[in-house]
Amino acid sequence: MKKNNWAEYQKEIADDKYYYVRSCIRQNFFPGSEAAFLNILRNELGRDICDDPNHTSCTGIGYHSDIVPLETTMAVIARQFAMMTEAGYENMVASCITSFGLYSEVIDMWEHFPETEEKARENLYKATGREFKKPKNLAHASDVVFHHREAIAARGKHRLVNASTGAPLRGVEHIGCHYAKIFPKKGVGGSEFPYVLAGMIEAWGGEVVDYPERRHCCGFGFRNYLVMANRGSSVANSKKKFESMAPYKPDFIVANCPGCAMFLDRWQYAISEMEGVTYGENGGIPVLTYEELAGLVLGYDPWELGMQMHQVPVESLLDKMGVEYDPGAKYLGRDGKYIGRPEDTALGGCSRC
Amino acid sequence: MVDWGYTINKPRAIAYDANDHTWENALQEAVPVLRSCIGCGNCTATCTAGNFVPFNIRKLQTLVRRGEYAGLRKELDKCMLCGKCRLVCPRGINTRKMIVTLKRLLAQPVAAGIPVAPGAASTAGQR
Repeated sequence: MKKNNWAEYQKEIADDKYYYVRSCIRQNFFPGSEAAFLNILRNELGRDICDDPNHTSCTGIGYHSDIVPLETTMAVIARQFAMMTEAGYENMVASCITSFGLYSEVIDMWEHFPETEEKARENLYKATGREFKKPKNLAHASDVVFHHREAIAARGKHRLVNASTGAPLRGVEHIGCHYAKIFPKKGVGGSEFPYVLAGMIEAWGGEVVDYPERRHCCGFGFRNYLVMANRGSSVANSKKKFESMAPYKPDFIVANCPGCAMFLDRWQYAISEMEGVTYGENGGIPVLTYEELAGLVLGYDPWELGMQMHQVPVESLLDKMGVEYDPGAKYLGRDGKYIGRPEDTALGGCSRC
Repeated sequence: MVDWGYTINKPRAIAYDANDHTWENALQEAVPVLRSCIGCGNCTATCTAGNFVPFNIRKLQTLVRRGEYAGLRKELDKCMLCGKCRLVCPRGINTRKMIVTLKRLLAQPVAAGIPVAPGAASTAGQR
């Protein structure tokens, strides 16, 4: 019975041949994450993944901010599907949670209102002369990493354990609202028991922190943040989560949504400046994307992963994991050029950098 | 502290356990039937004072029962003690006695063991 019930919370995730659609904002906030994902899939796991420079934004930010109409969104997504079809792929992987939610939403609307799909096909053909097939499998990139979590663990050079004590590191997993709260059946574990990130933490040796506000939104919510008058509400949501998780002394936070990872990281700085309050033993709780976490497990250089761009310094986690890094290289760009060091904040920093 | 043009919103969660329940307990003792209130709002709908000024007796008793007393004295002064609310209450609650009891509690001196303004940290005023 339990097994049957749990089966409803499972999700089919394609094993190979992916068409990758990138996020609009992630390369600014977490610049190494998408590159790490492609590297892990191609070079570590030997999978075929297409990174097509011709695809565009899904319009998600504009759509959820009420400046892009639904018909336009459908036409743009139809074009994304056309790009995938033309490239010869059937499995779409979205880097962004909002994109994943929006693709799921449009596919669902097309099923319930077939005339809207016909209209989108017509609009796309008139505008571009393109036609498309809908993806056979739609997954978020965190689904794909979850699918390969054991293979990543097998190749791992580090585990999510304290290198000094051998104790499992304690990880807070935060799932983006648009991952499974819109369509619970589209996410691993549904909206009630999302397991996509918890599964990664457990497979890589860590321990998942269960705290009262675990399923609370990070507060981004597009207009919560984009409209300045609403930002007090946005930061209040993150603060509620930090206050709830802090007593459990997490070693890190991992998120699968661009907005969540960004705001859980940056709002810690904002709260420290506005109220003088910090969370975590070292002045802040490091916030990672799931690709960065996978990259650290696989032994990638943290600065190659772009982790110097985090607001909360990640050195405390690197030291606990026993990751070797060059403090002097933290603020060197890919070509060795000095990119500048930010001022120290209450969140602490690297004393050796 | 940095001013970015906005502040962090205070939570609206009810801190029931942290609130002072002194007046609430005294009220419940004086008007035990108040526990049977189903929050239908008939009292507020028929309220004479409520037709002229913002006064909500249903909200008032709900906040008192949570231990949230901010602005209570000012609210109580709006009641004209006409008793219409008592006539329409489906649970037969003596709402007028509730108001009079609260006024008496507020009038009692500190020496009686009742604080002058409990619930100073109440969030009631934010609603």
